[in-house]
Amino acid sequence: MGPGLRADPVSFRLYPYARVPDQDAPARRHAVVVVGGGPVGLALALDLGRRGTPVLLLDDNEGAGQGSRAICFAKRTLEIAHRLGAATPMLDKGVVWNVGRVFHGEHQVFEFDLQPETGHRNPAFINLQQPYFERFLVDAIRTAQAEGAPIELRGGNRVTAMTQEADHAALEVTTPDGAYTLEADWLIACDGAHSSIRDFMGLEFEGRVFEDNFLIADVRMTAGFPTERWFWFAPPFEGAGKSALLHKQPDDIWRLDFQIGWDIDRAAELAPEKVRARVDAMLGPGVEYDLDWTSVYTFQCRRMRRFRHGRVLFAGDAAHQVSPFGARGANSGIQDADNLAWKLDLVIRGQAPDTLLDSYCQERGSGADENILHSTRATDFLTPKSEISQIFRDAVLGLARRHAFARSFVNSGRLSEPCVYDDLPLTGADALTDGPARTRPGAACVDAPLADGFLLDRLPGEFVLLGLNAPLPDLAGMEGITLHRLALDCATDDPTGALAARYLGAAAQAVYLIRPDQHVVARWPDAQAGAITAALRRAIALKG
Amino acid sequence: MPLILDPNIDDADGFYDELLAAHHGLTKAESDALNARLILILANHVGDRAVLRQALEVAREK
Repeated sequence: MGPGLRADPVSFRLYPYARVPDQDAPARRHAVVVVGGGPVGLALALDLGRRGTPVLLLDDNEGAGQGSRAICFAKRTLEIAHRLGAATPMLDKGVVWNVGRVFHGEHQVFEFDLQPETGHRNPAFINLQQPYFERFLVDAIRTAQAEGAPIELRGGNRVTAMTQEADHAALEVTTPDGAYTLEADWLIACDGAHSSIRDFMGLEFEGRVFEDNFLIADVRMTAGFPTERWFWFAPPFEGAGKSALLHKQPDDIWRLDFQIGWDIDRAAELAPEKVRARVDAMLGPGVEYDLDWTSVYTFQCRRMRRFRHGRVLFAGDAAHQVSPFGARGANSGIQDADNLAWKLDLVIRGQAPDTLLDSYCQERGSGADENILHSTRATDFLTPKSEISQIFRDAVLGLARRHAFARSFVNSGRLSEPCVYDDLPLTGADALTDGPARTRPGAACVDAPLADGFLLDRLPGEFVLLGLNAPLPDLAGMEGITLHRLALDCATDDPTGALAARYLGAAAQAVYLIRPDQHVVARWPDAQAGAITAALRRAIALKG
Repeated sequence: MPLILDPNIDDADGFYDELLAAHHGLTKAESDALNARLILILANHVGDRAVLRQALEVAREK
């Protein structure tokens, strides 16, 4: 790296800087430029590229950053990664856990076994360090590139200026070889909580900042702690602060998290001997370990008012931020990418009006509001803000040791579930009377085992018309949109009964129209071409 | 079912006695904690969110 560009250390050097012809030419126009090579930017580039839409990703680094950071990836994220061809190594590497224990002081309040519902390809969540998640996405991008996907990754490329014109965004990019300019028909900011694109545009956040610091210590040890999530309110060990967490990651790494308060000296807290004193007190005497990574973080629960500003769109932490409780940061960002990719692809192909992108703001804004609500509630439980909230919090923990009802109030983070786009403009009517609520229009399709494989494997990222025990009509000329047809018969295709339970309920048959991101558009007891066409037009923001 | 605001406890004086007796000898902090536990226990027993919301509204009237 040359002067003027700070090179952060990386866990994996995935896209080393290399000089490209753009640097010696007048500003070249690109269809899509993604800024930021984190999980969201990489997933978006992969999805767009696999659809055949050219995408250029710029990252100021040369690979995955250091430290575990996001460690909990939820089922919906794994389903999306599976659709993108990236999930298998994640599942092979990730740690699956089900048992959690909650402590208050020295006492165990209760333990829970999440016992995931059967009949899904993917577990409810895995623990996996963020650098691995990013590496496996880049591996999938390399595979897609080899198959012809028009994706380009440029490491060591930092965006240092940006202006928005009528039909494009103009960027200045600084590299180790100096600066160059380029233009983007569409610019997607996936550049994180400190988004420079947001700063260039003078856009702000709305929401709350929580005045607390958390110390993360990732330690490597082979001690025989079980693969469980342990959470302490008012931990009994020296210096642990108001709450503490112990959680397993791959490679014999354990995430230790201490809530250490607002008025701290950050550098002093990160001194290895100070960190080790805390860790020693938590793990007990005689446990040998190495410090793998340490960090002090604060957090916010806040969002941009709008995620689209003309030809610039914001996704992931650049658009919205939550507390880490409930693993809603990276997981919601991946849902942003999932939501945006197919819409942007259709707009660029001229198959949908650009107002389709406004639905991205509405749908993912609704998701952000839901995530902010959940994570704010968890934060308020973890860090009571008043005397009376402390009294109620402690009353809940006291009761929870003896009475099951109080355990439902204990909130150390509600794990991320995909959000449902109820009552939003793209979502059609629910004509399946008494159909299961979990697969209603707006919901992400729930997986189910088929005679051969799983249902979500058959929803390949394009519109799908799914018939369950129902004939499908012949539909021609669907606005030029590819519409896959999937006719299933529960007598032969539903070995466990889960498909009928999740998609029919009491109904004998059903027809579902499903979006490229696997969310349900509309459903009916039987198929009528007119209703299907109208629902599809609505789902791509065509009027009338 | 709407929130019951008419007399609904047999021997109201007796219950009031028991309520005060439960707090007997407690510090302010212990009493606050008991009240919090009692509210949570009773709220769970009621269960109905609409009734609980009405109760919160009535309680906020001074």
